[in-house]
Amino acid sequence: MFKLIWLVPALPLFGFLFLTVLGSRLSKPAISYIGAGSVGLSALVTAAIAYSFITSPPDDYRIAFIFADWMNVAGFNPKFGIYLDALAVVMIVVITFVGFLIHVYSTEYMGDDDGYARFFAYMNLFMSSMLILVLADNLLFLYLGWEGVGLSSYLLIGFWYTDPENDKAAIKAFLVTRVGDAAFAVGLFLLFFHLGTLNIQEILLNAPQVWAMGSFVATAAALLLLVGAVGKSAQLPLQVWLPDAMAGPTPVSALIHAATMVTAGVYLIARMNGLYILAPIAQSFVAYIGMFTLLLAGFSAIVQTDLKRALAYSTISQIGYMFLALGVDAWSGALFHFANHAFFKALLFLAAGAIINSVHHEQDMLKMGGLRKQIPLVFWVFLIGASALAALPFITNGFYSKDLILWHAWASPKGNVLLWAGGIIGAVLTGLYAYRMVFLVFFGEAKIVTDYKPGPAISIPLVILAFFSIFSGFIQMPEVLGQTQLFTEFTHTALPVSRILSGHTTEAVLIIIASAASLIGLYIAYKAYIKDPQLAVNLLKTSPGSALNNFFFHGWGFDFVYYTFIVDPFTHLARAGKNDVIDYFYQGIAYVMRKANYLFGEIQTGNIRNYAMGLIFGALLTVAALVFS
Amino acid sequence: MPAPPFEYGLIVAGILFGIGAVGLLVRKNIIFMLMSIEIMLNSAALAFIVAGSRWGKADGQVMFIFILTMAAAELAVGLALVLQLYNTFRSLDSDIPSRMRG
Amino acid sequence: MNWLFYISAIVAIISTVMVITRTKPVHAILYLVVSFFAVALMFFSFGAPFAAALEIIIYAGAIIVLFVFIIMLLSPGSEAGEQERSGIKREEWFFPGVMIGILLIQLLIALLMSPNNPGAGLEIGPKAVSAALFGPYLLGVELASILLLGGLVGAYHLCRRNSNQGDEQ
Repeated sequence: MFKLIWLVPALPLFGFLFLTVLGSRLSKPAISYIGAGSVGLSALVTAAIAYSFITSPPDDYRIAFIFADWMNVAGFNPKFGIYLDALAVVMIVVITFVGFLIHVYSTEYMGDDDGYARFFAYMNLFMSSMLILVLADNLLFLYLGWEGVGLSSYLLIGFWYTDPENDKAAIKAFLVTRVGDAAFAVGLFLLFFHLGTLNIQEILLNAPQVWAMGSFVATAAALLLLVGAVGKSAQLPLQVWLPDAMAGPTPVSALIHAATMVTAGVYLIARMNGLYILAPIAQSFVAYIGMFTLLLAGFSAIVQTDLKRALAYSTISQIGYMFLALGVDAWSGALFHFANHAFFKALLFLAAGAIINSVHHEQDMLKMGGLRKQIPLVFWVFLIGASALAALPFITNGFYSKDLILWHAWASPKGNVLLWAGGIIGAVLTGLYAYRMVFLVFFGEAKIVTDYKPGPAISIPLVILAFFSIFSGFIQMPEVLGQTQLFTEFTHTALPVSRILSGHTTEAVLIIIASAASLIGLYIAYKAYIKDPQLAVNLLKTSPGSALNNFFFHGWGFDFVYYTFIVDPFTHLARAGKNDVIDYFYQGIAYVMRKANYLFGEIQTGNIRNYAMGLIFGALLTVAALVFS
Repeated sequence: MPAPPFEYGLIVAGILFGIGAVGLLVRKNIIFMLMSIEIMLNSAALAFIVAGSRWGKADGQVMFIFILTMAAAELAVGLALVLQLYNTFRSLDSDIPSRMRG
Repeated sequence: MNWLFYISAIVAIISTVMVITRTKPVHAILYLVVSFFAVALMFFSFGAPFAAALEIIIYAGAIIVLFVFIIMLLSPGSEAGEQERSGIKREEWFFPGVMIGILLIQLLIALLMSPNNPGAGLEIGPKAVSAALFGPYLLGVELASILLLGGLVGAYHLCRRNSNQGDEQ
């Protein structure tokens, strides 16, 4: 049964190849069936494997398969192998399930697009790469998936390539993540050089024996991998690409830039947990990067006017929570939040797509309003998603996972008050911006009138995701609320169990504070956008108010800094070196060739006698060579 | 009877070849160019016969027969082409059909 | 027999020079016949009577006749003669002459540098030639016949189109 695991990344890969070669000749229903169907089949196989894994697990809850040798060079022998444990199972279940729903949604959302086959081909390529990433048993194979998702992301952000703004966004995404990828590669070199292998389990076994706790090399390797994760997951300081990546179609934003690709960094650190435990400095970097990112993105999210950009900053912020969790030894907490976040963030993005469709492709929230009565289904699912995002107490999945993280931030030996406080402030901000979105779009006076009725391919995935946004939290409750610890029981077979330093009373108090934080955020949003809208307007009119607004709106000026200090000097230098000496050399070669071609062309006069002359001349030379040699 | 010294035979063949070559290069009329080619072929045949005589074998004459055959066939086709050329260009000047240039 | 060789050599060279310097094609053809006869005599003097006979029959007989037919058909009128007369300038002879001169000098050097070889002096008659043709050179004979076939078909085909076009127009 478990041997079928190879089908899970292979089916979307076949879908990609098929659609690439034959896509332009197929009919639309055929493309939909192949594109979405390959992912659907993959999801079915995943479900079967997950069921087997839970009910009749393999020995020690892990099993590995090796399918082929990749290369064998001077002792470097990576293989195409799959390592299946609880962590991998959780990842593939979420990825294939959410991915399938998004593919179904895309059949209606992208239905009128000319590049329909191309879209599904790229989406399938992405699914295949992501699944390879999470199933790989060695870091090189993981890097293959890593690069594959980067490529698919570039292709999909720039999907509507005729608009140069989209191309710029795609290139920006690719370049920024490339910085992370380069660091990742150096980290791989370091690991191989010192440990002689890139197989993940071997690394985790050997590292503690080769390196002492807190050794310099281990920390360096861990930090380099962290830079790679930071790039891919859009954390500080490489978070600048994600808001611009919203230029791609909404299903792309949902799948890649919310639910799956941006969590690749989280997966990487969770997978290499042993390395980070061995390098506590690196781990605390993870936590602090997570915390600062979640605050920075939270502040930026509350002033965004574009619906998708707000959701993008929200994603950056929520992944910050996951990094924070990883940094304070809440490995399972990070994974739980990843799963829940995938559900509600995909839901929010897909609903945003429906909203944008209904208001004739207007993405500015300030121009929307009162859509509650006009697209009621979308309103309800968006409300559920926003509540999950804000971690509304007890009835949403976000509450349980965020609470788990905050509890560890306080109570774990690696956590401290500062991290916890940052998380709480972040919770207030999250509640604020989540409900701000709801109130701006769905309440108030209706500025745009519409009679948009989303079809079943859009509505059904929305409803399913909304269902999960409520109920997927209940499988893991804090100890004071109940004894269902199904999730952590499962993941503790693969991830380290964290020590808790505080007791149940503290836990209860913290739960109350966390719930209060979300509700405070909700209340502020209510005050500012429903009860007294002038409040926000007046605040903006004051000069510190508008300066702060501008600052937060532009992502705390990171784009400005990068453009002024890195991009512009580089492009200036490149342009300056455009026609330098070395170029003259190459241009000179081309020039000489052209002239020589012209000269030789002149020899062909079309005149027979000239050719005869050439023949005789050649004979002369030949005889001379023969006679005088 | 002793044959003439065969270097002289080859020299004569060479001179004849040279004359034919000069005729090929200088004359514009295609008929004359073909005649010059025949002269050159003839001189080659002479050279072969001389060589065959020097070694006392029949191979030289065999080669001569082949040259003869080849000259006949080539001339037949060549003259047919000349006829076509004349029909197209109405002139036997070889400088006129020179469109294949460049 | 050497005097036969020297005389026919001189005749051949002079008549060949006349061939390439005439203006009217018919004159050139006649001088070409003389050249072929002289070369046939040279063959004879080198002890190859069969080759000499073949030279007369085929070269001077068939090939010249072909030339005559074409000249008759195309019969360049007096305008072509004018063209020819005006076409050949003194300067045009210079460069080819120099090139050929260099070629001949190279040939001379090659010949004079080689060791002195006496002629064999044998007469190789038709019998020996036929024995060679039907012996080791049989394949060559067959190929030559195919070559002739090709020439035949080619010449026929090329001229047939000529007559077709003439009919249609």
